Amino acid sequence: MPTEVTQPSDREVRVVRTFKAPRQLVWDAHTKPELVSKWMLGPPGWTMPVCEMDVRAGGAYRWRWRSEEGGKEFGFFGKFIEVNEPSKIVHEENFDPGDMGGPMSSEPAIITTLYEEANEITTLTLTMLFASKEIRDAAVSTGMTDGLEIGYARLDEMFKQAA
Amino acid sequence: MQATERLDLTFAALADPTRRAILARLATGEASVQELSEPFEMSQPAISKHLKVLERAGLISVDIDAQRRPRRLEVKRLEEAVVWIERYREIFEQNYQRLDALLEELQAKPAKRKKKKD
Repeated sequence: MPTEVTQPSDREVRVVRTFKAPRQLVWDAHTKPELVSKWMLGPPGWTMPVCEMDVRAGGAYRWRWRSEEGGKEFGFFGKFIEVNEPSKIVHEENFDPGDMGGPMSSEPAIITTLYEEANEITTLTLTMLFASKEIRDAAVSTGMTDGLEIGYARLDEMFKQAA
Repeated sequence: MQATERLDLTFAALADPTRRAILARLATGEASVQELSEPFEMSQPAISKHLKVLERAGLISVDIDAQRRPRRLEVKRLEEAVVWIERYREIFEQNYQRLDALLEELQAKPAKRKKKKD
């Protein structure tokens, strides 16, 4: 099933995707820094020099991407609010624009990730709740989106090589 | 109105399944409020409320000169919203395709040692 993106309310964005893997494995790929940094890496010319995650309620995380060409950086950071392995994680997400431009988020987004397994298929439901619709629109239309976009192209190549 | 405000109105309008069904109906041709209220088994005031939301979002327009005031789909606005969300969706999809590959790799490792399933 391809990725589905909906906006359940004017402060939310929801992403739903299924994976042909057991829930525990999908959970691991989202919670172990050594695995996260394999698929959430930078695009061509980008690296992820910082991927720190202390996955427990109250534990902190820090992700940072860096453009080798321009030397520019941006990242996300925050704390885990709820960790219920292997079915649910709630974390806060602050955008650090680094030197990419755009405002530092004043209030974090709250990200709820649900992992549900049925018939050996795991469904991932990611709901991002922003402090206001203005912040959501800004996050979705500029910094976060572009940052993620440049981040993903590179990963594809890496996995092709690994396969 | 700024582009983001406009998109916000558009997405709020599209969030409701009845309104999406109304748009699907209008995609086959213009229709009056009465013609729209019949298939949806809703009162005309209820339908009118949905139509007002769609109109405010620019997704439909009204021909005020015609007596039955037919509503018609504003295709351009709908396409604008679809393109925007498709671009956002693709970003996640690309990411998750990488994750697909990783998950496959992780599952293949232990399987090599065991006998193949199926």
